[in-house]
Amino acid sequence: MVTQTHPLVKPAGDLTREPLLRVEDLKAYFFMDEGIVRAVDGVSFDVMPGKVVGIVGESGCGKSVTMKAILQILEAGAKIVNGKVTLRSRIHHGDPNSAEELIELTHLHPNSRQMRRIRGAEIALIPQEPMAAFSPVHTVGNQIMETILLHQDVSKKEARRIAIDVFRAVGISMPEQRIDSYSWQLSGGLRQRAIIAMALSCNPRLLIADEPTTAIDVTTQAQILKLLRKLQEERQTSIIFITHDLGVIAQMADEVVVMYLGMVMEKGSAMKIFKDAQHPYTQALLRSIPSVQSHPRVKLPTIAGSIAHPFNRPKGCPFHPRCTHFMRGVCDASQPHLVEVDEDHFVSCFLYSEADGTKKMNKTDAAPAKEESL
Amino acid sequence: MLRYILQRLILIPILLIIFSIMVFALVQAPPGDFLTSYIATLASTGSSLNQETIAMLEHQFGLDQPVHIQYLRWMQNLLRGDLGLSLEYQLPNAELIADRLGLTLILALFAFVFTWVMAIPIGIYSATHRNTILDYLVTVVNYTGVAIPNFMLALILMWFAYSQFGLSVTGLFSRDFEQAPWSIAKGIDLLKHIWLPMIVIGLAGTARLTRVMRANLLDELNKPYMVSGRARGLSEWQLVMKYPVRLAINPLVSTIGWYLPELFSGSLIVATVMNLQNIGPLLLRSLINQDMYLAGAILMIYCFLAIIGTLISDILLAWLDPRIRMEKA
Repeated sequence: MVTQTHPLVKPAGDLTREPLLRVEDLKAYFFMDEGIVRAVDGVSFDVMPGKVVGIVGESGCGKSVTMKAILQILEAGAKIVNGKVTLRSRIHHGDPNSAEELIELTHLHPNSRQMRRIRGAEIALIPQEPMAAFSPVHTVGNQIMETILLHQDVSKKEARRIAIDVFRAVGISMPEQRIDSYSWQLSGGLRQRAIIAMALSCNPRLLIADEPTTAIDVTTQAQILKLLRKLQEERQTSIIFITHDLGVIAQMADEVVVMYLGMVMEKGSAMKIFKDAQHPYTQALLRSIPSVQSHPRVKLPTIAGSIAHPFNRPKGCPFHPRCTHFMRGVCDASQPHLVEVDEDHFVSCFLYSEADGTKKMNKTDAAPAKEESL
Repeated sequence: MLRYILQRLILIPILLIIFSIMVFALVQAPPGDFLTSYIATLASTGSSLNQETIAMLEHQFGLDQPVHIQYLRWMQNLLRGDLGLSLEYQLPNAELIADRLGLTLILALFAFVFTWVMAIPIGIYSATHRNTILDYLVTVVNYTGVAIPNFMLALILMWFAYSQFGLSVTGLFSRDFEQAPWSIAKGIDLLKHIWLPMIVIGLAGTARLTRVMRANLLDELNKPYMVSGRARGLSEWQLVMKYPVRLAINPLVSTIGWYLPELFSGSLIVATVMNLQNIGPLLLRSLINQDMYLAGAILMIYCFLAIIGTLISDILLAWLDPRIRMEKA
C-alpha cells in the first residue's frame, strides 16, 4: 500500500508540471556465463502527459529491454544495475481524478505488491505478437476480465461489462460475442484490437506499445495506428511507442528517442528529428527509408556494417565502426555525452561541442558522407 | 466432435478382430502346446500319462484341430462373452481374472495417484526453479528412477527391509489375512502393505512424468503470454498456475487413458517378484504353461482396454483444449 509517509514517495501536491514518467540513466545488464551484455546502458528520457514518445532503433538495440526494465519484468539473468525510473502515479489507480504521488519504480521490488499494482493499472503493455500474448486455451474475455478483477474492486459481472465496453471502444463489432472467443478465432486485426482493449481495460495513463504493428499487414497496420492515435487523444494517454519503423514513428510520435546498442544517440521532438537530424546514425537511418519520390531501380542507401555483437561492443561511441564521420582517436577513445544542440534536441556525438552544443568542424565534414550501397 | 467419437467407435470391432488374430498367433507361437508342457512337468516329477488320456485331452481342448479352426472356435466363444476355460486351472477364465481384478485395480490406482501427486508438483517446482540445487537433485533422482528397472528396485528394497529391519515386505497381506475373506480388518491390513508395492510400481512412472512435466513447463515459461501476464500485474504464482501449468498438463492428461490397460495388467515382473496377487503373475504363469486360452483372454482384455483408453485420452484432450474441441470435423 502506498502511503504518503513512504520514503520513496513524494507527498502529493502539485505534480502537474512533472513528466508522467522520467527515466534517468537507466542501465539494465544481462549477466550470462559468456559475459555481461549491456543491453541498456544509460538511457534517459521523459514522457510528458498525453504525449507519444517513439523509441526507435535497429533490432537488438535495447528498445524492448528498456520497456521491460521500466515495468520491472526483465527475464531471469537480467538486472537493472543503475538509474532511476520515476512515475507520477495516481493514488487510486484507474480513477482519473485521483490525487497523485511520485513513485520511484526502481526502488520497488519487481515482485512487490506495489509494483504489481502499477503494472496493468498505471502502465500497461501492448505486446509484440497478440497471437502469442494471449493464452490459446482461455478466452480473450477471460484474460481481460482477469486484469480488471485484479486491479478494480468490481464483481465478475461488472468486469465483463467493462471488458465489453472497452471492446466496443477499440472498434470490435459484436463485442458481446467476440469476448467469448479464443485469440486464434480472431483475425489479425481483431486480435490486435483485443490486445489493445486488454491494455486499456484498467484505464492506464501510460501505454507501452512494443512494436504493436509488426505482425500485421499494412492496411490493418494503418487502421491500428489510427485507432491508437484516436484513443490516445480521447483519453489523453501517454504512449511509449517502440518500433524499428521510422514511418510509424513519423505518424505517431511527438518525441523521438533514437537508440543504438543500448544508448541514446539522439532525442528530441519528432519535427526536429525528421527535419533536422544531427546524429550521423539518425541521418543514415533516415536516408535508408524508401521514398515514392526516389528514382526507380536505384539502390537504397544502407548503413555499412552491422550491429556489433553485444559481447564485444566497440569502445567509445558504439556507432563509430559504421559511422561516416568517424574521427580516429576521438570517437573510439571515449563515450560522447548527450548535449543540447537546440531547444529540446539532444545529440550524443563528438561532432557537437559539449560546452555549447555547436557543431565542430572536422575534416570528414568537408567530404561528402560516403554511404555504402549494397 | 460427436461424429469423431462415433467414427472411432465403429473402428473398435475391426481393431479387435485384428488384435485377436495377433494375440492368438502369439500365444500359439511357442513350439508345442499346453499338453506337451503338462506332460513335461509330469515327467519331471516321475509320473506320466498314457497315450489314450493324451488323445482324449487333446480332443477335449480342441488341440487336435488345425490352428484356424481353433481360432474360429475361440472367437465364437469370445463373441458370446465366454472367455473359455483355463487349461491349467480347469476353471472359467472369467472367474480367474475376476478373482484378481479387485486387487489389481486397487494397487494400480494407488500407484497412479502416487505418480501424479508426486510428479506434477515436483515437475512444476523443478521448472520454475530451474538450475537450482533442488532442481539438480530432482533431475538426478529422476534419471535414476527412469534407469533402474522396477523389479531391480523391488529386489533392492526387499533385501534392504529384510536385512536391516528383519521385515518381509512381499505380498499385500499379512499371513493371517492371505486366505481370509474380505473384511474391514483385511482392508486395513492391505493399506498397511500396499505402500511399498505402490512406490515400486509408481516410481519409474513418476520419474518419467516429472521429466515430461518439467520439459513441457519450461517450454511454456518462455512464451510471450508470460510477459503479457506479468505486465498486467499478475503475481508470478497466479501466472504460472493459470497459464503455463495448464498448458503443460494438457498433453499429460491426455495420456491418462493409456494408463487403463496398465491398470488391468498389473506390473508383471514386479508383481511376481513381490508376490502380489494381481493379474500380472497370472498372465506370466499362463504364458509359461502355455495355458493359451487364459493368456489369450487376458491379452484380449488388455487390447480392448488399450483401445478404450486411447479413445478416452482423445476425448479428454478435446474437452481440455478448445483448439481441438472447436476444430471443424
